[in-house]
Amino acid sequence: MAELTTITYREAVAEGIAREMRRDPTVVCLGEDIGAAEGVFKTTVGLFHEFGPRRVWDTPISEQAIVGAAMGAAMTGMRPVAEVMFSDFLACCWDYLANEIPKVRYMTGGQVTVPLVVRTANGGGLGFGAQHSQAVENWAFAVPGLKIAAPSTPADVIGLMASAIRSDDPVIVFEHKGLFASRGPTAPPDHVVPLGEAAVRRPGGDITLVALASTVSTALAAADRLAADGIEVEVIDLRCLVPLDIRTVLESVGRTARLAIVEENPYQGGWGGTVASIVADEGFESLDAPIRRIAAACVPLPFADVLEDQVIPSVERVTGVVRALAAY
Amino acid sequence: MNDTAELLDLYRQMAVIRRTEKAAQDLFLAGLVKGTTHLAAGHEAIAVGASAALRPDDYVFATYRGHHHAMARGATPEACLAELMSKATGLCRAKGGSMHLTHAAGNMLGSYAIVGAHLPIAVGAAWSANLRGTDQIAVAFFGDGATNIGAFHEALNLAAVWRLPVVFVCENNLYMEYTPIAAVTAVANPAADRASAYNLPGSVIDGNDVLVVRDAVRRAAERARAGDGPTVIEARTYRHYGHSRTDPAKYRPEEEVAEWLARDPLALARARLAQLGVPDDTVAHADAYAEQVVAEAVDAAKAAPDADLREAFTDVWADGGATWRS
Repeated sequence: MAELTTITYREAVAEGIAREMRRDPTVVCLGEDIGAAEGVFKTTVGLFHEFGPRRVWDTPISEQAIVGAAMGAAMTGMRPVAEVMFSDFLACCWDYLANEIPKVRYMTGGQVTVPLVVRTANGGGLGFGAQHSQAVENWAFAVPGLKIAAPSTPADVIGLMASAIRSDDPVIVFEHKGLFASRGPTAPPDHVVPLGEAAVRRPGGDITLVALASTVSTALAAADRLAADGIEVEVIDLRCLVPLDIRTVLESVGRTARLAIVEENPYQGGWGGTVASIVADEGFESLDAPIRRIAAACVPLPFADVLEDQVIPSVERVTGVVRALAAY
Repeated sequence: MNDTAELLDLYRQMAVIRRTEKAAQDLFLAGLVKGTTHLAAGHEAIAVGASAALRPDDYVFATYRGHHHAMARGATPEACLAELMSKATGLCRAKGGSMHLTHAAGNMLGSYAIVGAHLPIAVGAAWSANLRGTDQIAVAFFGDGATNIGAFHEALNLAAVWRLPVVFVCENNLYMEYTPIAAVTAVANPAADRASAYNLPGSVIDGNDVLVVRDAVRRAAERARAGDGPTVIEARTYRHYGHSRTDPAKYRPEEEVAEWLARDPLALARARLAQLGVPDDTVAHADAYAEQVVAEAVDAAKAAPDADLREAFTDVWADGGATWRS
């Protein structure tokens, strides 16, 4: 048996894009420093070399022009993949993600489609301070008309990138900065992870933990510790926020009767609120305990590691909440 | 088509737009159009003149004051008025309204109501044409107010750096909503004077003269198709109604209004047709044609069924639906 090949999360980003660029000549990339410089996070290594300046375009620092041009190209026959370097910078072009891209198909009565991908480095853990660290997937989750993927493993980066680029709808791909250096099995050829299919990362019958991107590893680490105490945790990786695979969550809660949600975005307005409200609404009869949300504190991200650790959900916090829920 | 025949055709198009805008205003005042309208009466020569210089496969992007651009690219007065009246037969199936008229079949890819937002989108369409190896161009029409928003500057710079086939046409009607553009802008010509900052040619033209507009856009289109990059055209014009809805536009001096109404684009075209020897009754016939087309459009739009209630939940996604969860 061949040795299993591994790949880092950051390498998987470039690999996922390259696979789609090879199969579809309408896929083009644009963004700041993504070409010859190969990206500030090295997530576009090799693309400029393989595909050249007609497929991989360096832009000025002009987020509105980047995402707006991607939209215009998507409406006219291309499949652009736009990079917004840090997800905090989505605010610089938020008009396109809140008002233009998600609305243009609807408000024209279906006359146009916008098959584009906006990729962006999201989240904390690297000590970049308040304006380069926020987990902002909930910003996009507040906008009807955007699909949202947030992979937690290298193989999922490749599989979700394939689905995102092939989608005829706009997809925001949140790549987590804290996961770039992580390593995992690479994806087989033609690996496609459909948008809107959650993955059960660890089965368990006592409590359901719902996680996304960076919080999947947090939830799995907590589950390991809790298993030593005889608490069996089921960890669900949502993988996408839109489409939201709430069926998998409801089915799991139907067995465990307990639910906790682990999110890196702030509690205030975080995506877990929607997950909790649906389960409260449609899964109430299954529940034996209150739904708990473990989210980032409602403050901007601080700089110092020790302070950042206070804000972002930790394994200790998750473990404590789950223990209390199991004993409820 | 010779010049005279073409001018008569352009006049007829402008006359249809003028009467459609008048009908829109009347229908609004009669309570049959809800929300708001931003009428383009006075701006007709810009849409019609530019359209005469473009190919059917070129892309056009407009603003919330965009009825004239939709019609210049082939949308019917009936479909436009039906859209304003929330009818099932509306141009956008009653999901867009006055501010979002779109006629994709004519490559008129939208009317955008966030000021300046569509300039980068037009740049993207031009980039796409370049990537696909076609010689299509994209044209962004925008108001003077858009020249002070960041997206305008980002769009001009990127289009210039990438040497894209795009034409930026500013419809300078002297007022950003209610405030004179001169009172809030550091340069005299808000679009044209900014062009040089991006190493682009910029010019100020008479936006009420349909042939002047046609010729300016034709030169810019030729330059774009030849691979020589973008052009900025600032077409001076004046709106005959207020900014929106029932705005009486009392902030505009009476002498200024009188001066511009005397330079009505339809009056200018009529004078030129007379100079070319076109008989008065030929022009009157064009006017009568416009009257009839729009009267029939109003009747048809009034008689059309209201929007299908199911339309509220279609067309979010490319599959036609709106499903966001399992």
